[in-house]
Amino acid sequence: MRIASGAVALLLALAVPGAAEAPPPRVVVGAKKFTESAVLGELMAQVLETTAGARVERTFNLAGTQVCFEALRNGAIDLYAEYTGTGLRNILGDSTASGSAAAVFATVSATFKQRFDQVWLAPFGFDNTYVLMMRPDRAAALGITRLSDLAAHRLRYGVSHEFQARPDGMPGLRRVYALDEAQSVGMEHDLAFQALADGAIDVSDGYSTDAKIVAFKLLVLDDDRHFFPPYEAAPLARADLFTRVPGAAAALRLLAGRIDAETMRRLNYAVEGERRDPAAVAADFLRELGLATARVAPPARAEGFWALFWQRRWATLHLTGQHLLLTGVAVLAAVLIGVPLGIAASRRPALATAALSGAGIAQTIPSIALLAFMLPLFGIGVRPAIAALFLYGLLPILRNTVAGLRGVDAHLVEVGRGLGMRARDLLWRLELPLAAPVILAGVRTAAVISVGTATLAAFIGAGGLGDPIVTGLSVTDTNLVLSGALPAAVLAMLVDGALYGVERVATPKGLREQRRATSDER
Amino acid sequence: MIELQGVRKAYADGFVALHALTLRVEAAATLALVGPSGCGKTTTLKLINRLLDPSGGRVLVGGQDIAAVDPIALRRGMGWVVQEGGLFPHLTAQANVELVPALLGWPAARRTARARELLDLVGLDHDQHATRYPAQLSGGQRQRVGLARALAADPPILLMDEPFGALDPLTRRRLQGEFRRLQARLGKTVVLVTHDIDEACRLADQIAVLDAGRLVQVGTPAELRANPASDFVAAFLRGASAPDAP
Repeated sequence: MRIASGAVALLLALAVPGAAEAPPPRVVVGAKKFTESAVLGELMAQVLETTAGARVERTFNLAGTQVCFEALRNGAIDLYAEYTGTGLRNILGDSTASGSAAAVFATVSATFKQRFDQVWLAPFGFDNTYVLMMRPDRAAALGITRLSDLAAHRLRYGVSHEFQARPDGMPGLRRVYALDEAQSVGMEHDLAFQALADGAIDVSDGYSTDAKIVAFKLLVLDDDRHFFPPYEAAPLARADLFTRVPGAAAALRLLAGRIDAETMRRLNYAVEGERRDPAAVAADFLRELGLATARVAPPARAEGFWALFWQRRWATLHLTGQHLLLTGVAVLAAVLIGVPLGIAASRRPALATAALSGAGIAQTIPSIALLAFMLPLFGIGVRPAIAALFLYGLLPILRNTVAGLRGVDAHLVEVGRGLGMRARDLLWRLELPLAAPVILAGVRTAAVISVGTATLAAFIGAGGLGDPIVTGLSVTDTNLVLSGALPAAVLAMLVDGALYGVERVATPKGLREQRRATSDER
Repeated sequence: MIELQGVRKAYADGFVALHALTLRVEAAATLALVGPSGCGKTTTLKLINRLLDPSGGRVLVGGQDIAAVDPIALRRGMGWVVQEGGLFPHLTAQANVELVPALLGWPAARRTARARELLDLVGLDHDQHATRYPAQLSGGQRQRVGLARALAADPPILLMDEPFGALDPLTRRRLQGEFRRLQARLGKTVVLVTHDIDEACRLADQIAVLDAGRLVQVGTPAELRANPASDFVAAFLRGASAPDAP
């Protein structure tokens, strides 16, 4: 009888969700690699934590719209802050529909639901349109105040890469405003401000709520032909979020209409100008709105490199660990695949040609592009980063394994066969020991490349020492950039040195003697 | 002990290295294969341990056609000595000598004892030379280690390809003398390839003179001197009067 009632209780506990202690639902919030996206991401993350009781993970600093949207589509993230105009022009590729902010919202809302099963929630309350900016003195000298004035002058354009390609960027602007470009280059958005200030370019793109427009005292040109659609910022989420986390919609609605353009610019400035953490800025703002926040606000970023470095020491240590994990796993996998493949290839010329050209092609793909190719296959985060780093590591290891084995004196191999060594004996007792220094040199090259390239992994949410580099670029904080770049450089040197040691130890003593003897003869 | 019956070796490009070679090496005898470069003497040697397989004819060892013998087992029953020793540069002298016993799976203690015995046999002081790498040995010492390696598993047959070719004349003479004494003691069946007729006369019971892939004459050194079969043999033997000319 007691057993039966126990079984009933157990069945009830299994059948009724929430009857037992259910763990809080997990929600992943994404953000693009610029300040505003991170602040909005933090605001959404914090209301989900405090109001919807979710356990929130943050995957910020993603490389751009494509990476964010791809991540949302395959479930690597559950929501992020997107702009209606971007959804319309860039994601849906719709270059015709336009109209009022409400009309654009209605269009993306209906189309995303139907096509991707994604939900646009009520906008935050500001329109962050694209703008073109110039230095005021340069614009005044040429008499430019509106975009239609640009056509009369041959100017140097330096715009963000995404803007260069987006239909609602340069391609459309050229058509509508007949731009006369003396020069048109794509550059990192955050560096374009400095380039404008230095007079290296004449015109660049920006966001109307960007605090840097004020900080750099730039002139925003009037879009007099109304080329840019409305870009209302709003939470964009997978529909399944709301079934998994029933309180999510209500929590996010707390932010609807609460942030006007002025407020957003102020929040952006708090991060970039006042050197504060987006999490702290978001927490303060939620308190201002009278909303609960459980987050303990971290202090503002320290001024001066060493102060910042000391402040970030534990974070840096943690990121270094992530960095080593990314590169370690990738290089280990490249060794486990590359060396056996190299052994097989050294015996079959056709395979060697195929394998080396395959790995060679992977090597020629620019790293950020290779990372992007991995997204549809692996989503975002650590896995695509490891896959990309693995592909980069493969070529040096494969090439050196083939070269090392082919470099083994054929005469010695024949002697070995004459002594009655099997192919396996020859490989383990003669060829691999003699090729070891060359193979290990390949592993060393692969490891150093991998440590360097892994800094780009931050763009697809894999963390590592690239994270402060990306964030530092977006808030124009050179010291923050250095706090990631310097440890990464030191790490590369340490890895190089350590593997050089391994290479020396693994070089058979007899070979070192042989080298010494040969160099003595010279 | 070793018999070649009408052995022919032709390559895919049409080059014929050997034309129907018939030769016999008695047990415990030493046969020298001599002739100018490209005459087919090294090819003949490699046909005996199946580093090469014949295009025609048969090679018998101990009365058995070696085409039916596992090449690994066959080679482990034949010592293999090459020019300059052919030592593995990453192994010590001792480890080089222990190579074949290690392949045969001998226990370490037995291998070590055997290596010590062999280094002594070829005139190297074990304590002084065993732990040296080939790069730390002289040419003559390397050659001695190479010989010790070939003898390690006590094979009944020794195949030697220009074993003393890279040595200076004095060292070469000394090693030749030592090899004669060793051979008298061990009684191996030896096939020796050399371009040096003088060396052949000094070490071999029988000499086979080859030219362009054909056997020109075979006999004892005395028979060849007394009765050269052709002007070619006579001219080749005269080369011997200029000692140690290459």
